Amino acid sequence: MAVSAALALAPRLRLAQRDPAAETEALLGLAGWAAQFSPGVALEFPDTVLLEAAGSLRLFGGLSPLLARLRRDLGDMGWSAALAGAPTPRAAFWLALAGSGRFVDSAAELEPTLAPLSVAVLRCEGETLEALAAIGVRTLGELLALPREGLARRFGQRLLDQLDRGLGRLPDPRNFFAPPPRFRAAIELPVEVVQAEALLFAARRLIVQLAGFLAARSGGAQRLVFRLRHRDRPATEVAVGLVAPSRDAEHFTLLARERFAGLSLAGPVREIALEVDDVAPLAGHSLGLLLEPGKPQGDWERLLERLRARLGAEAVRGVAARAEHRPELASAAADPDTRPLRLEFGERPLWLLQNPRPLEEIGARPHHEGPLDLLAGPERIESGWWDGGDVARDYFIARTQHEALVWIYRERGGGGWYLHGLFA
Amino acid sequence: MSLSFSALLGRPDIWRGDSLSRAGRSFVYSVVPSGFPALDAALPGGGWPAGVLTEILPAHEGIGELRLLGPALAGISQRGLRLAWIAPPHLPYAPALAAAGIDAAKLLVVRTASHRETLWAAEQALAANACGAVLAWPREAQYAEFRRLQIAAEGGRAPAFLFRLPEAASESSPAALRVALGTSGGGLAVNVFKRRGTPLARPILLPAMPPAVRGKSHVDRHSTAAAAARDFPARLVHA
Repeated sequence: MAVSAALALAPRLRLAQRDPAAETEALLGLAGWAAQFSPGVALEFPDTVLLEAAGSLRLFGGLSPLLARLRRDLGDMGWSAALAGAPTPRAAFWLALAGSGRFVDSAAELEPTLAPLSVAVLRCEGETLEALAAIGVRTLGELLALPREGLARRFGQRLLDQLDRGLGRLPDPRNFFAPPPRFRAAIELPVEVVQAEALLFAARRLIVQLAGFLAARSGGAQRLVFRLRHRDRPATEVAVGLVAPSRDAEHFTLLARERFAGLSLAGPVREIALEVDDVAPLAGHSLGLLLEPGKPQGDWERLLERLRARLGAEAVRGVAARAEHRPELASAAADPDTRPLRLEFGERPLWLLQNPRPLEEIGARPHHEGPLDLLAGPERIESGWWDGGDVARDYFIARTQHEALVWIYRERGGGGWYLHGLFA
Repeated sequence: MSLSFSALLGRPDIWRGDSLSRAGRSFVYSVVPSGFPALDAALPGGGWPAGVLTEILPAHEGIGELRLLGPALAGISQRGLRLAWIAPPHLPYAPALAAAGIDAAKLLVVRTASHRETLWAAEQALAANACGAVLAWPREAQYAEFRRLQIAAEGGRAPAFLFRLPEAASESSPAALRVALGTSGGGLAVNVFKRRGTPLARPILLPAMPPAVRGKSHVDRHSTAAAAARDFPARLVHA
């Protein structure tokens, strides 16, 4: 019916334009996700994915667990789907299209199950459907009851072949879908989003699809790039980096949540895309046999990733010693797991102050929360003349009035006293 | 029927007020030996408890709170486990860590910008159960926030150390072990004022000082700086 007629009948109708390119892309994305369940994935455009599941049933624990998982993931991704199964792909397609939700095990039950389906599942051209309606054939059962030569003569051999393929009398080979090497998926947001947290909903759908894609490739991703498209500006890129490759959807969601939590958007976002370029091989891990008391062993890399995602990579570092006499340069922030150097130092405090604090000198004694007692020293350090940061200091270990030990120095050449470290 | 008193006391459903809880009774948790036998004898289980919060309240910053944990942390890092230090007040100095036996490669230092971030990072480190020990320096937090940390730590295998101000000793806390540190005659006075079982009657004295000054605790307080520089042997480090 025409648009104007539809609007006349239902004035509050919302119209949306069909976008065939986007539909194709979405179907391909779904096929990439579905490849984790079976090596045999075929597409029936524009809206169907066929899975050869017989070989996978044992791995997933039977038909019901597999269906439950499919439904759950499809729900997480935001799709509403009709599932059905049959011994032949075409019959499964007809059953799903009709929304019957039946799963037929054996070829013997196939014909009776298909009988009540409407002939519209054949997706023939309009004139064939009208002709069938004219002779009073509305269901597949009635169609199959007609004589074969008459059907072929009236509606063409193709229709007959289609029926034969559906019933398993003729072979129906399919081209299997091969997942692409890179992952690309995008979701156009129904409303322009201004807060970064609201993007999580769409991001989660993309992540579930990514996890399926990675599982199908037996791989893991180490860098996820979210591209947020604005109306007038160039797209914003939000990268989530991992220490070790992973394909855990929950872990990705957690990291994405931390990343988006503090993000301020340059402008309203209309579309969010997820790109993963490098897929690293990642085998699954086997669980231990014995149950240990307490929590299971955690993942160090995951903890690092989570801390870095929220606090920033600079805030989460290790320390490493450097071969330097100047105390402030002998220890530096480094990546954790840096191989330690074997160096000999004198007695050194556990805490070093970021900037040495000047101490006042009263009666020729340095003061820090009271007069300091010098206990050991001086240790003379003169170094650094070659790069302009030369130091010439006499270091002492001193004790404060509260009996805490501190590391202080006096600048040579008539300088003052400074506090440089605390022996904690 | 005669019942001897000692047989009565030996029944499993009688709890004696003077007994410390030992591993193998109502709860089982592992401990990390502290490296000081006198302290281990006073701690339930014989060391720092894993999976629970331990509070350390030094009377002043720098009297020895980290040196107290030094042997335990060194043991943990030598075994290949990680150490996570959340929001330390100053920079940990790598040469000193090496001297204390702590493997710096296993140390993770997390700097936070706010009190909430400190608590969040500590909770993540405890809940992940991926470290051998977690040390945190929260600024004063509420009981409920410590309770969250305790829940995150439960079931894990790492001891969790929280450093707090000495005034917090009078507040209640869900930590299973609370230790106040003071100084006494040059050594460290460890007052275990809360633990599973009865509180400790008197503090334990530990000689927790770096080797260079051991034996110099009775230095004349009135010597001037110049005189001090003259009296002690000077070590020349030239580059």
